[in-house]
Amino acid sequence: MSEPKPGRFWGSEAAAGLGLISPTAIYAILLLAAPLAFVIIASVLTDGYLQIIPKFQLCNYFGECASYKAGADGTLVETQKYLGAWSDPVLFSVMMRSLFVSILVTVATVALAYPMAYFISFNVAPARKGIWLFLITIPFWTSYVIRVFMWNAILGFSGVINSLLIGLNLIDKPLDMTFSIQAMVITLAHSFAPFAILPIYVALEKIDRSFLEAGQDLGENRFTTFLRVTLPLSMPGVVAAVLIVFIPTIGDYVTPKLVGGAKFPMIANVIEILMLKGDNKPLGSAIAVSAMVIVGLISVLFLFLNRRYLRGPK
Amino acid sequence: MRISGLKLYAIVFLIFLYAPIVLLPMFAFNNSTVVSFPLKGFTTQWFQNVWNDADLWQAVRNSLLVACTSSVLATSFAIFAARASTRYNFPGKGGLMGLIMLPMVLPDMIMAMALLVVLLGLGVQLSLVTVIMGHILICTPFAVAILSSAFQSLDKSLEEAAYDLGEGPISTFYLVILPLVTPGIISSLLISFTISLDEFVVSNFLGSKDKLLSVYIFGQLRFPKSVPTIMALGAVLVALSIVLLALAEYFRRRGIAKTGAKDTGGFL
Repeated sequence: MSEPKPGRFWGSEAAAGLGLISPTAIYAILLLAAPLAFVIIASVLTDGYLQIIPKFQLCNYFGECASYKAGADGTLVETQKYLGAWSDPVLFSVMMRSLFVSILVTVATVALAYPMAYFISFNVAPARKGIWLFLITIPFWTSYVIRVFMWNAILGFSGVINSLLIGLNLIDKPLDMTFSIQAMVITLAHSFAPFAILPIYVALEKIDRSFLEAGQDLGENRFTTFLRVTLPLSMPGVVAAVLIVFIPTIGDYVTPKLVGGAKFPMIANVIEILMLKGDNKPLGSAIAVSAMVIVGLISVLFLFLNRRYLRGPK
Repeated sequence: MRISGLKLYAIVFLIFLYAPIVLLPMFAFNNSTVVSFPLKGFTTQWFQNVWNDADLWQAVRNSLLVACTSSVLATSFAIFAARASTRYNFPGKGGLMGLIMLPMVLPDMIMAMALLVVLLGLGVQLSLVTVIMGHILICTPFAVAILSSAFQSLDKSLEEAAYDLGEGPISTFYLVILPLVTPGIISSLLISFTISLDEFVVSNFLGSKDKLLSVYIFGQLRFPKSVPTIMALGAVLVALSIVLLALAEYFRRRGIAKTGAKDTGGFL
Protein backbone atom coordinates (compact mmCIF):
# COMPACT_ATOMS: atom_id res chain seq x y z
CA MET A 1 0.00 0.00 0.00
CA SER A 2 3.00 2.28 0.30
CA GLU A 3 3.68 2.83 -3.40
CA PRO A 4 0.67 3.46 -5.66
CA LYS A 5 1.19 1.18 -8.66
CA PRO A 6 -0.27 1.56 -12.13
CA GLY A 7 -3.35 -0.44 -13.07
CA ARG A 8 -6.95 -0.36 -11.95
CA PHE A 9 -6.79 -2.58 -8.87
CA TRP A 10 -3.36 -1.76 -7.46
CA GLY A 11 -3.46 1.66 -5.90
CA SER A 12 -7.24 1.60 -5.65
CA GLU A 13 -9.01 1.97 -2.34
CA ALA A 14 -10.02 -1.71 -2.46
CA ALA A 15 -6.41 -2.83 -2.81
CA ALA A 16 -5.25 -0.56 0.00
CA GLY A 17 -7.98 -1.85 2.31
CA LEU A 18 -7.46 -5.51 1.46
CA GLY A 19 -3.70 -5.15 1.74
CA LEU A 20 -3.99 -3.53 5.13
CA ILE A 21 -6.40 -6.07 6.57
CA SER A 22 -4.60 -9.08 5.06
CA PRO A 23 -2.30 -10.00 8.00
CA THR A 24 -5.23 -10.13 10.42
CA ALA A 25 -7.56 -11.73 7.88
CA ILE A 26 -5.05 -14.44 6.93
CA TYR A 27 -4.45 -15.24 10.59
CA ALA A 28 -8.18 -15.56 11.24
CA ILE A 29 -8.72 -17.66 8.12
CA LEU A 30 -5.87 -20.08 8.98
CA LEU A 31 -6.50 -20.40 12.71
CA LEU A 32 -10.25 -19.92 12.93
CA ALA A 33 -12.07 -20.45 9.63
CA ALA A 34 -9.99 -23.45 8.55
CA PRO A 35 -10.29 -25.34 11.88
CA LEU A 36 -14.04 -24.67 11.97
CA ALA A 37 -14.34 -25.96 8.39
CA PHE A 38 -12.34 -29.02 9.44
CA VAL A 39 -14.76 -29.70 12.31
CA ILE A 40 -17.70 -29.50 9.91
CA ILE A 41 -16.00 -31.96 7.56
CA ALA A 42 -14.91 -34.29 10.38
CA SER A 43 -18.53 -34.49 11.56
CA VAL A 44 -19.51 -36.40 8.42
CA LEU A 45 -16.53 -38.78 8.43
CA THR A 46 -15.92 -42.12 10.18
CA ASP A 47 -14.34 -42.67 13.58
CA GLY A 48 -11.13 -44.70 13.71
CA TYR A 49 -8.69 -45.47 16.51
CA LEU A 50 -6.87 -42.18 17.25
CA GLN A 51 -7.65 -41.09 13.70
CA ILE A 52 -10.46 -40.04 11.42
CA ILE A 53 -11.25 -42.33 8.48
CA PRO A 54 -12.18 -40.33 5.37
CA LYS A 55 -15.40 -42.18 4.64
CA PHE A 56 -18.55 -40.08 4.30
CA GLN A 57 -21.51 -40.83 6.55
CA LEU A 58 -24.29 -38.88 8.26
CA CYS A 59 -24.81 -41.26 11.18
CA ASN A 60 -22.82 -38.99 13.54
CA TYR A 61 -25.94 -36.85 13.45
CA PHE A 62 -28.77 -39.37 12.92
CA GLY A 63 -28.85 -43.13 13.25
CA GLU A 64 -26.31 -45.71 14.33
CA CYS A 65 -22.58 -45.49 13.66
CA ALA A 66 -19.59 -47.73 14.20
CA SER A 67 -16.01 -47.01 15.27
CA TYR A 68 -13.23 -48.89 13.49
CA LYS A 69 -9.70 -49.94 14.22
CA ALA A 70 -7.05 -51.02 11.73
CA GLY A 71 -6.66 -54.79 12.02
CA ALA A 72 -3.44 -56.80 11.65
CA ASP A 73 -3.74 -57.08 7.86
CA GLY A 74 -4.64 -53.41 7.43
CA THR A 75 -8.36 -53.97 7.04
CA LEU A 76 -10.73 -52.07 9.27
CA VAL A 77 -12.26 -53.94 12.17
CA GLU A 78 -15.40 -52.65 13.81
CA THR A 79 -14.77 -51.95 17.50
CA GLN A 80 -18.00 -50.50 18.80
CA LYS A 81 -21.33 -49.09 17.80
CA TYR A 82 -22.72 -45.74 18.92
CA LEU A 83 -25.72 -43.55 18.21
CA GLY A 84 -25.57 -40.17 16.45
CA ALA A 85 -25.89 -36.85 18.27
CA TRP A 86 -29.62 -36.49 17.62
CA SER A 87 -30.43 -40.21 18.00
CA ASP A 88 -28.64 -40.91 21.28
CA PRO A 89 -31.11 -40.01 24.07
CA VAL A 90 -28.29 -38.95 26.45
CA LEU A 91 -26.58 -36.64 23.94
CA PHE A 92 -29.93 -35.27 22.79
CA SER A 93 -30.91 -34.46 26.37
CA VAL A 94 -27.56 -32.71 26.95
CA MET A 95 -28.16 -30.55 23.89
CA MET A 96 -31.70 -29.75 25.01
CA ARG A 97 -30.51 -28.99 28.56
CA SER A 98 -27.83 -26.63 27.23
CA LEU A 99 -30.44 -24.91 25.10
CA PHE A 100 -32.84 -24.67 28.03
CA VAL A 101 -30.15 -23.27 30.36
CA SER A 102 -29.01 -20.74 27.71
CA ILE A 103 -32.58 -19.53 27.14
CA LEU A 104 -33.18 -19.20 30.89
CA VAL A 105 -29.87 -17.37 31.35
CA THR A 106 -30.59 -15.06 28.42
CA VAL A 107 -34.08 -14.16 29.65
CA ALA A 108 -32.87 -13.63 33.23
CA THR A 109 -29.77 -11.64 32.23
CA VAL A 110 -31.51 -9.33 29.77
CA ALA A 111 -34.54 -8.78 32.03
CA LEU A 112 -32.24 -7.91 34.96
CA ALA A 113 -29.95 -5.79 32.80
CA TYR A 114 -32.62 -3.62 31.21
CA PRO A 115 -33.61 -1.61 34.33
CA MET A 116 -29.92 -1.16 35.15
CA ALA A 117 -29.13 0.18 31.67
CA TYR A 118 -32.27 2.35 31.85
CA PHE A 119 -31.18 3.73 35.21
CA ILE A 120 -27.71 4.67 33.94
CA SER A 121 -29.01 6.20 30.74
CA PHE A 122 -31.98 8.16 32.15
CA ASN A 123 -31.34 8.72 35.85
CA VAL A 124 -27.59 9.24 36.15
CA ALA A 125 -26.06 12.65 35.50
CA PRO A 126 -24.02 12.63 32.24
CA ALA A 127 -20.76 13.31 34.09
CA ARG A 128 -21.25 10.21 36.27
CA LYS A 129 -22.29 7.77 33.55
CA GLY A 130 -18.70 6.80 32.84
CA ILE A 131 -18.04 5.80 36.41
CA TRP A 132 -21.21 3.66 36.56
CA LEU A 133 -20.24 1.85 33.36
CA PHE A 134 -16.76 1.34 34.79
CA LEU A 135 -18.24 -0.10 38.00
CA ILE A 136 -20.27 -2.56 35.98
CA THR A 137 -17.36 -3.77 33.87
CA ILE A 138 -14.87 -4.32 36.73
CA PRO A 139 -16.27 -7.64 38.03
CA PHE A 140 -16.32 -8.95 34.47
CA TRP A 141 -12.55 -8.62 34.11
CA THR A 142 -11.56 -10.34 37.34
CA SER A 143 -10.55 -13.98 37.48
CA TYR A 144 -13.40 -15.80 35.77
CA VAL A 145 -12.72 -19.25 37.25
CA ILE A 146 -12.59 -17.96 40.83
CA ARG A 147 -15.67 -15.79 40.28
CA VAL A 148 -17.67 -18.80 39.12
CA PHE A 149 -16.38 -20.90 42.02
CA MET A 150 -17.41 -18.21 44.52
CA TRP A 151 -21.06 -18.93 43.78
CA ASN A 152 -20.60 -22.20 45.66
CA ALA A 153 -19.55 -20.14 48.67
CA ILE A 154 -22.60 -17.93 48.26
CA LEU A 155 -25.22 -20.60 47.57
CA GLY A 156 -23.68 -23.47 49.56
CA PHE A 157 -24.94 -25.13 52.77
CA SER A 158 -22.98 -22.79 55.04
CA GLY A 159 -22.79 -20.10 52.40
CA VAL A 160 -23.70 -16.45 52.57
CA ILE A 161 -27.39 -16.79 51.77
CA ASN A 162 -28.05 -19.69 54.13
CA SER A 163 -26.09 -18.04 56.97
CA LEU A 164 -28.03 -14.84 56.42
CA LEU A 165 -31.44 -16.54 56.33
CA ILE A 166 -30.67 -18.65 59.41
CA GLY A 167 -29.25 -15.62 61.20
CA LEU A 168 -32.50 -13.78 60.53
CA ASN A 169 -34.46 -16.83 61.73
CA LEU A 170 -36.24 -17.07 58.42
CA ILE A 171 -35.34 -20.74 57.94
CA ASP A 172 -34.28 -23.57 60.29
CA LYS A 173 -32.39 -25.79 57.91
CA PRO A 174 -30.01 -24.59 55.19
CA LEU A 175 -31.49 -24.63 51.70
CA ASP A 176 -29.84 -26.93 49.19
CA MET A 177 -29.07 -24.62 46.30
CA THR A 178 -25.74 -25.80 44.89
CA PHE A 179 -25.21 -28.30 42.11
CA SER A 180 -28.47 -27.39 40.44
CA ILE A 181 -29.68 -25.84 37.22
CA GLN A 182 -30.77 -22.74 39.19
CA ALA A 183 -27.25 -22.28 40.58
CA MET A 184 -25.87 -22.54 37.05
CA VAL A 185 -28.38 -19.97 35.76
CA ILE A 186 -27.52 -17.51 38.55
CA THR A 187 -23.79 -17.93 37.95
CA LEU A 188 -24.07 -17.51 34.19
CA ALA A 189 -26.44 -14.53 34.52
CA HIS A 190 -23.78 -12.96 36.74
CA SER A 191 -20.99 -13.68 34.27
CA PHE A 192 -22.82 -12.18 31.31
CA ALA A 193 -24.47 -9.17 33.02
CA PRO A 194 -22.09 -6.50 31.61
CA PHE A 195 -22.48 -7.98 28.11
CA ALA A 196 -26.22 -7.40 28.36
CA ILE A 197 -26.15 -3.98 30.02
CA LEU A 198 -23.77 -2.26 27.60
CA PRO A 199 -25.65 -2.77 24.29
CA ILE A 200 -28.99 -1.85 25.90
CA TYR A 201 -27.38 1.24 27.41
CA VAL A 202 -25.96 2.30 24.04
CA ALA A 203 -29.40 1.90 22.40
CA LEU A 204 -31.09 3.90 25.18
CA GLU A 205 -28.51 6.67 24.86
CA LYS A 206 -29.37 7.07 21.17
CA ILE A 207 -33.04 7.80 21.87
CA ASP A 208 -33.92 11.41 21.22
CA ARG A 209 -35.32 12.64 24.54
CA SER A 210 -37.78 14.93 22.78
CA PHE A 211 -39.68 11.81 21.61
CA LEU A 212 -40.48 11.07 25.24
CA GLU A 213 -41.74 14.57 25.85
CA ALA A 214 -43.81 14.31 22.67
CA GLY A 215 -45.34 11.09 23.96
CA GLN A 216 -46.29 12.72 27.25
CA ASP A 217 -47.58 15.85 25.51
CA LEU A 218 -49.84 13.60 23.48
CA GLY A 219 -51.44 12.27 26.63
CA GLU A 220 -49.44 9.13 27.42
CA ASN A 221 -48.42 8.58 31.02
CA ARG A 222 -44.86 7.63 31.91
CA PHE A 223 -45.54 3.90 31.75
CA THR A 224 -47.29 3.92 28.37
CA THR A 225 -44.61 6.26 27.02
CA PHE A 226 -42.06 3.65 28.05
CA LEU A 227 -44.04 0.84 26.40
CA ARG A 228 -44.81 2.68 23.19
CA VAL A 229 -41.73 4.85 22.68
CA THR A 230 -38.69 3.89 24.79
CA LEU A 231 -38.97 0.11 24.62
CA PRO A 232 -39.47 -0.17 20.84
CA LEU A 233 -36.64 2.31 20.20
CA SER A 234 -34.28 0.38 22.48
CA MET A 235 -35.05 -2.99 20.87
CA PRO A 236 -31.87 -3.03 18.73
CA GLY A 237 -29.89 -2.99 21.99
CA VAL A 238 -32.07 -5.70 23.52
CA VAL A 239 -31.62 -7.87 20.43
CA ALA A 240 -27.84 -7.39 20.55
CA ALA A 241 -27.84 -8.21 24.27
CA VAL A 242 -29.87 -11.38 23.72
CA LEU A 243 -27.52 -12.65 21.02
CA ILE A 244 -24.32 -11.75 22.88
CA VAL A 245 -25.54 -13.66 25.96
CA PHE A 246 -27.31 -16.56 24.29
CA ILE A 247 -24.63 -17.66 21.83
CA PRO A 248 -21.62 -18.08 24.16
CA THR A 249 -23.70 -19.43 27.06
CA ILE A 250 -24.67 -22.59 25.24
CA GLY A 251 -20.99 -23.52 25.01
CA ASP A 252 -19.97 -22.66 28.58
CA TYR A 253 -17.55 -25.16 30.10
CA VAL A 254 -16.53 -23.85 33.51
CA THR A 255 -19.93 -23.28 35.14
CA PRO A 256 -21.33 -26.80 34.67
CA LYS A 257 -18.03 -28.16 36.04
CA LEU A 258 -17.71 -25.94 39.11
CA VAL A 259 -21.29 -24.96 39.97
CA GLY A 260 -23.27 -27.77 38.34
CA GLY A 261 -21.10 -30.26 40.25
CA ALA A 262 -20.64 -32.27 37.02
CA LYS A 263 -24.21 -33.51 37.47
CA PHE A 264 -25.53 -31.37 34.66
CA PRO A 265 -23.00 -31.52 31.83
CA MET A 266 -23.61 -29.13 28.96
CA ILE A 267 -22.51 -29.29 25.34
CA ALA A 268 -18.92 -28.15 26.00
CA ASN A 269 -18.36 -30.82 28.65
CA VAL A 270 -19.65 -33.56 26.35
CA ILE A 271 -17.51 -32.28 23.47
CA GLU A 272 -14.46 -32.46 25.76
CA ILE A 273 -15.17 -36.07 26.75
CA LEU A 274 -15.87 -37.23 23.19
CA MET A 275 -12.94 -35.42 21.59
CA LEU A 276 -10.31 -36.35 24.18
CA LYS A 277 -10.96 -39.35 26.47
CA GLY A 278 -13.64 -40.84 24.25
CA ASP A 279 -11.51 -40.49 21.10
CA ASN A 280 -14.57 -40.03 18.92
CA LYS A 281 -13.77 -36.84 17.03
CA PRO A 282 -16.45 -37.23 14.35
CA LEU A 283 -19.20 -37.54 16.98
CA GLY A 284 -17.69 -34.67 19.04
CA SER A 285 -17.55 -32.57 15.86
CA ALA A 286 -21.17 -33.45 15.05
CA ILE A 287 -22.22 -32.15 18.47
CA ALA A 288 -20.17 -28.97 18.04
CA VAL A 289 -21.74 -28.40 14.62
CA SER A 290 -25.22 -29.18 15.99
CA ALA A 291 -24.69 -26.61 18.74
CA MET A 292 -23.59 -23.98 16.20
CA VAL A 293 -26.58 -24.81 13.98
CA ILE A 294 -29.03 -24.60 16.90
CA VAL A 295 -27.75 -21.20 18.07
CA GLY A 296 -27.46 -20.01 14.48
CA LEU A 297 -31.06 -20.92 13.64
CA ILE A 298 -32.49 -19.50 16.86
CA SER A 299 -30.49 -16.28 16.40
CA VAL A 300 -31.72 -15.86 12.82
CA LEU A 301 -35.29 -16.59 13.89
CA PHE A 302 -34.95 -14.07 16.71
CA LEU A 303 -33.57 -11.41 14.36
CA PHE A 304 -36.43 -12.14 11.93
CA LEU A 305 -39.06 -11.75 14.65
CA ASN A 306 -37.58 -8.39 15.62
CA ARG A 307 -37.01 -7.17 12.08
CA ARG A 308 -39.47 -4.30 12.41
CA TYR A 309 -37.40 -2.82 15.26
CA LEU A 310 -34.09 -3.25 13.49
CA ARG A 311 -34.83 -1.33 10.31
CA GLY A 312 -32.96 1.93 10.09
CA PRO A 313 -34.75 5.28 10.34
CA LYS A 314 -37.00 5.85 7.36
CA MET B 1 -32.39 13.61 46.90
CA ARG B 2 -35.04 10.95 47.00
CA ILE B 3 -34.07 7.35 46.45
CA SER B 4 -36.22 6.10 43.61
CA GLY B 5 -37.14 2.46 43.13
CA LEU B 6 -34.86 2.34 40.14
CA LYS B 7 -31.87 3.58 42.11
CA LEU B 8 -32.53 0.99 44.79
CA TYR B 9 -32.65 -1.66 42.08
CA ALA B 10 -29.32 -0.40 40.67
CA ILE B 11 -27.70 -0.68 44.10
CA VAL B 12 -29.04 -4.20 44.64
CA PHE B 13 -27.79 -5.10 41.18
CA LEU B 14 -24.31 -3.79 42.01
CA ILE B 15 -24.32 -5.89 45.19
CA PHE B 16 -25.19 -8.93 43.05
CA LEU B 17 -22.36 -8.06 40.63
CA TYR B 18 -19.80 -7.52 43.37
CA ALA B 19 -20.84 -10.31 45.76
CA PRO B 20 -18.24 -12.87 44.60
CA ILE B 21 -15.46 -10.28 44.54
CA VAL B 22 -16.24 -8.80 47.95
CA LEU B 23 -16.27 -12.26 49.51
CA LEU B 24 -12.78 -13.09 48.22
CA PRO B 25 -10.79 -10.96 50.70
CA MET B 26 -13.13 -12.06 53.52
CA PHE B 27 -12.25 -15.71 52.99
CA ALA B 28 -8.64 -14.87 52.13
CA PHE B 29 -8.06 -13.54 55.66
CA ASN B 30 -10.35 -16.08 57.35
CA ASN B 31 -8.60 -18.43 59.76
CA SER B 32 -10.37 -21.60 58.62
CA THR B 33 -9.67 -24.29 56.06
CA VAL B 34 -13.34 -24.28 55.03
CA VAL B 35 -14.75 -21.55 52.86
CA SER B 36 -17.96 -20.91 54.79
CA PHE B 37 -19.65 -18.71 57.34
CA PRO B 38 -19.36 -17.78 60.15
CA LEU B 39 -15.84 -16.37 59.73
CA LYS B 40 -13.37 -17.75 62.30
CA GLY B 41 -10.63 -15.17 62.77
CA PHE B 42 -7.86 -13.26 61.08
CA THR B 43 -4.85 -14.90 59.43
CA THR B 44 -2.37 -14.09 56.71
CA GLN B 45 -1.38 -17.73 56.40
CA TRP B 46 -3.10 -18.17 53.02
CA PHE B 47 -1.14 -15.28 51.57
CA GLN B 48 2.06 -16.92 52.84
CA ASN B 49 0.98 -20.12 51.10
CA VAL B 50 0.53 -18.17 47.89
CA TRP B 51 3.97 -16.64 48.32
CA ASN B 52 5.67 -20.01 48.96
CA ASP B 53 3.96 -22.05 46.23
CA ALA B 54 6.62 -22.76 43.57
CA ASP B 55 4.14 -24.30 41.09
CA LEU B 56 2.01 -21.20 41.37
CA TRP B 57 4.91 -18.90 40.58
CA GLN B 58 5.80 -21.01 37.56
CA ALA B 59 2.17 -20.67 36.43
CA VAL B 60 2.34 -16.91 36.99
CA ARG B 61 5.50 -16.68 34.88
CA ASN B 62 3.86 -18.73 32.10
CA SER B 63 0.73 -16.59 32.25
CA LEU B 64 2.69 -13.33 32.12
CA LEU B 65 4.71 -14.55 29.14
CA VAL B 66 1.56 -15.65 27.30
CA ALA B 67 -0.39 -12.50 28.22
CA CYS B 68 2.42 -10.13 27.15
CA THR B 69 3.00 -11.91 23.84
CA SER B 70 -0.71 -12.32 23.06
CA SER B 71 -1.59 -8.74 23.88
CA VAL B 72 1.21 -7.30 21.74
CA LEU B 73 0.42 -9.58 18.78
CA ALA B 74 -3.37 -9.20 19.10
CA THR B 75 -3.05 -5.41 19.27
CA SER B 76 -0.76 -5.42 16.22
CA PHE B 77 -3.23 -7.54 14.25
CA ALA B 78 -6.06 -5.31 15.47
CA ILE B 79 -4.30 -2.13 14.30
CA PHE B 80 -4.32 -3.47 10.73
CA ALA B 81 -7.95 -4.57 10.91
CA ALA B 82 -9.26 -1.47 12.68
CA ARG B 83 -7.41 0.91 10.37
CA ALA B 84 -8.55 -0.98 7.25
CA SER B 85 -12.17 -1.13 8.35
CA THR B 86 -12.47 2.49 9.46
CA ARG B 87 -10.51 4.05 6.59
CA TYR B 88 -11.21 1.97 3.48
CA ASN B 89 -14.05 0.30 1.63
CA PHE B 90 -13.13 -2.96 -0.03
CA PRO B 91 -14.86 -6.10 -1.27
CA GLY B 92 -15.43 -8.78 1.37
CA LYS B 93 -15.04 -6.28 4.21
CA GLY B 94 -18.17 -7.42 6.06
CA GLY B 95 -17.24 -11.10 5.83
CA LEU B 96 -13.61 -10.64 6.86
CA MET B 97 -14.47 -8.33 9.75
CA GLY B 98 -17.21 -10.77 10.80
CA LEU B 99 -14.68 -13.61 10.87
CA ILE B 100 -12.16 -11.54 12.86
CA MET B 101 -14.84 -10.53 15.38
CA LEU B 102 -16.39 -14.04 15.57
CA PRO B 103 -14.47 -15.21 18.69
CA MET B 104 -16.34 -12.56 20.70
CA VAL B 105 -19.49 -14.70 20.51
CA LEU B 106 -18.29 -18.15 19.42
CA PRO B 107 -18.18 -20.52 22.42
CA ASP B 108 -14.51 -20.85 23.49
CA MET B 109 -14.85 -24.60 23.67
CA ILE B 110 -15.76 -24.99 20.01
CA MET B 111 -12.88 -22.75 18.99
CA ALA B 112 -10.42 -24.52 21.27
CA MET B 113 -11.46 -28.00 20.11
CA ALA B 114 -11.42 -27.06 16.42
CA LEU B 115 -7.91 -25.64 16.77
CA LEU B 116 -6.78 -28.58 18.93
CA VAL B 117 -7.94 -31.22 16.47
CA VAL B 118 -6.21 -29.46 13.57
CA LEU B 119 -2.98 -28.83 15.51
CA LEU B 120 -2.81 -32.44 16.70
CA GLY B 121 -3.61 -33.62 13.17
CA LEU B 122 -0.68 -31.58 11.85
CA GLY B 123 1.56 -33.11 14.53
CA VAL B 124 2.12 -29.82 16.38
CA GLN B 125 3.24 -30.30 19.99
CA LEU B 126 1.11 -28.43 22.51
CA SER B 127 3.07 -25.71 24.28
CA LEU B 128 2.79 -22.11 25.38
CA VAL B 129 3.04 -21.21 21.68
CA THR B 130 -0.21 -23.01 20.85
CA VAL B 131 -1.90 -21.26 23.80
CA ILE B 132 -0.68 -17.90 22.47
CA MET B 133 -2.09 -18.76 19.03
CA GLY B 134 -5.52 -19.25 20.62
CA HIS B 135 -5.28 -16.21 22.90
CA ILE B 136 -4.51 -13.96 19.92
CA LEU B 137 -7.77 -15.11 18.31
CA ILE B 138 -9.70 -14.32 21.50
CA CYS B 139 -8.07 -10.94 22.25
CA THR B 140 -8.09 -9.54 18.71
CA PRO B 141 -11.86 -8.75 18.53
CA PHE B 142 -11.72 -6.76 21.78
CA ALA B 143 -8.61 -4.93 20.57
CA VAL B 144 -10.33 -4.20 17.23
CA ALA B 145 -13.38 -2.80 19.06
CA ILE B 146 -11.22 -0.43 21.12
CA LEU B 147 -8.96 0.59 18.24
CA SER B 148 -11.84 1.08 15.79
CA SER B 149 -13.29 3.73 18.03
CA ALA B 150 -9.84 5.31 18.34
CA PHE B 151 -9.37 5.38 14.55
CA GLN B 152 -12.97 6.45 13.99
CA SER B 153 -12.63 9.55 16.13
CA LEU B 154 -9.64 10.69 14.04
CA ASP B 155 -10.33 13.79 12.01
CA LYS B 156 -9.56 12.91 8.40
CA SER B 157 -8.51 16.49 7.67
CA LEU B 158 -5.45 16.08 9.93
CA GLU B 159 -4.26 13.31 7.67
CA GLU B 160 -5.01 15.37 4.55
CA ALA B 161 -3.10 18.29 6.03
CA ALA B 162 -0.06 16.02 6.45
CA TYR B 163 -0.32 14.94 2.79
CA ASP B 164 -0.63 18.58 1.70
CA LEU B 165 2.50 19.39 3.68
CA GLY B 166 4.39 16.80 1.67
CA GLU B 167 4.36 13.69 3.90
CA GLY B 168 3.88 10.24 2.35
CA PRO B 169 1.40 7.63 3.65
CA ILE B 170 3.91 5.92 5.95
CA SER B 171 5.36 9.06 7.50
CA THR B 172 1.82 10.42 7.93
CA PHE B 173 0.90 7.27 9.80
CA TYR B 174 3.92 7.56 12.12
CA LEU B 175 3.84 11.32 12.59
CA VAL B 176 0.12 12.07 12.75
CA ILE B 177 -2.07 9.01 13.18
CA LEU B 178 0.00 6.90 15.55
CA PRO B 179 0.48 9.61 18.20
CA LEU B 180 -3.25 10.30 18.17
CA VAL B 181 -4.24 6.65 18.62
CA THR B 182 -1.46 5.79 21.11
CA PRO B 183 -3.84 5.98 24.09
CA GLY B 184 -6.17 3.57 22.24
CA ILE B 185 -3.24 1.22 21.63
CA ILE B 186 -2.23 1.25 25.29
CA SER B 187 -5.82 0.65 26.33
CA SER B 188 -6.05 -2.24 23.86
CA LEU B 189 -2.80 -3.74 25.18
CA LEU B 190 -4.06 -3.60 28.76
CA ILE B 191 -7.47 -5.08 27.94
CA SER B 192 -5.93 -7.87 25.83
CA PHE B 193 -3.46 -8.57 28.63
CA THR B 194 -6.30 -8.84 31.16
CA ILE B 195 -8.38 -11.09 28.90
CA SER B 196 -5.43 -13.37 28.20
CA LEU B 197 -4.53 -13.59 31.89
CA ASP B 198 -8.11 -14.57 32.72
CA GLU B 199 -8.81 -16.96 29.85
CA PHE B 200 -9.36 -20.56 30.87
CA VAL B 201 -10.80 -22.84 28.18
CA VAL B 202 -8.25 -22.26 25.43
CA SER B 203 -5.41 -22.20 27.99
CA ASN B 204 -6.56 -25.55 29.34
CA PHE B 205 -7.08 -27.44 26.09
CA LEU B 206 -4.31 -25.96 23.94
CA GLY B 207 -1.84 -25.99 26.83
CA SER B 208 0.73 -28.62 27.76
CA LYS B 209 2.20 -29.50 31.15
CA ASP B 210 3.32 -25.86 31.38
CA LYS B 211 0.21 -24.67 33.16
CA LEU B 212 -1.16 -21.15 33.01
CA LEU B 213 -2.44 -19.44 36.13
CA SER B 214 -6.14 -19.92 35.30
CA VAL B 215 -5.55 -23.63 34.62
CA TYR B 216 -3.58 -24.00 37.83
CA ILE B 217 -6.39 -22.33 39.79
CA PHE B 218 -9.04 -24.55 38.19
CA GLY B 219 -6.98 -27.63 39.08
CA GLN B 220 -6.45 -26.53 42.69
CA LEU B 221 -10.17 -25.87 43.25
CA ARG B 222 -10.73 -29.65 43.13
CA PHE B 223 -8.84 -29.99 46.42
CA PRO B 224 -10.80 -28.49 49.36
CA LYS B 225 -7.49 -28.13 51.23
CA SER B 226 -6.09 -25.60 48.76
CA VAL B 227 -9.26 -23.53 48.36
CA PRO B 228 -8.35 -20.87 51.02
CA THR B 229 -4.99 -20.32 49.31
CA ILE B 230 -6.82 -19.77 46.02
CA MET B 231 -9.07 -17.24 47.80
CA ALA B 232 -5.97 -15.30 48.84
CA LEU B 233 -4.60 -15.51 45.31
CA GLY B 234 -7.98 -14.35 43.98
CA ALA B 235 -7.95 -11.32 46.26
CA VAL B 236 -4.50 -10.35 44.93
CA LEU B 237 -5.65 -10.84 41.34
CA VAL B 238 -8.75 -8.71 41.86
CA ALA B 239 -6.64 -5.88 43.24
CA LEU B 240 -4.22 -6.16 40.31
CA SER B 241 -6.90 -6.19 37.64
CA ILE B 242 -8.64 -3.17 39.14
CA VAL B 243 -5.35 -1.27 38.86
CA LEU B 244 -4.88 -2.43 35.26
CA LEU B 245 -8.45 -1.52 34.32
CA ALA B 246 -8.22 1.89 35.91
CA LEU B 247 -5.08 2.49 33.84
CA ALA B 248 -6.79 1.26 30.66
CA GLU B 249 -9.78 3.51 31.32
CA TYR B 250 -7.50 6.48 31.99
CA PHE B 251 -5.69 6.04 28.67
CA ARG B 252 -8.93 5.47 26.76
CA ARG B 253 -10.39 8.71 28.08
CA ARG B 254 -7.20 10.62 27.46
CA GLY B 255 -7.27 9.38 23.86
CA ILE B 256 -10.82 10.57 23.41
CA ALA B 257 -9.95 13.94 24.92
CA LYS B 258 -6.91 14.21 22.66
CA THR B 259 -8.88 13.77 19.45
CA GLY B 260 -11.63 16.01 20.74
CA ALA B 261 -14.37 13.39 20.45
CA LYS B 262 -17.28 12.78 22.79
CA ASP B 263 -17.02 9.99 25.35
CA THR B 264 -19.36 7.22 24.28
CA GLY B 265 -18.97 4.85 27.21
CA GLY B 266 -17.10 1.76 28.29
CA PHE B 267 -14.73 -0.67 26.67
CA LEU B 268 -17.17 -2.84 24.78
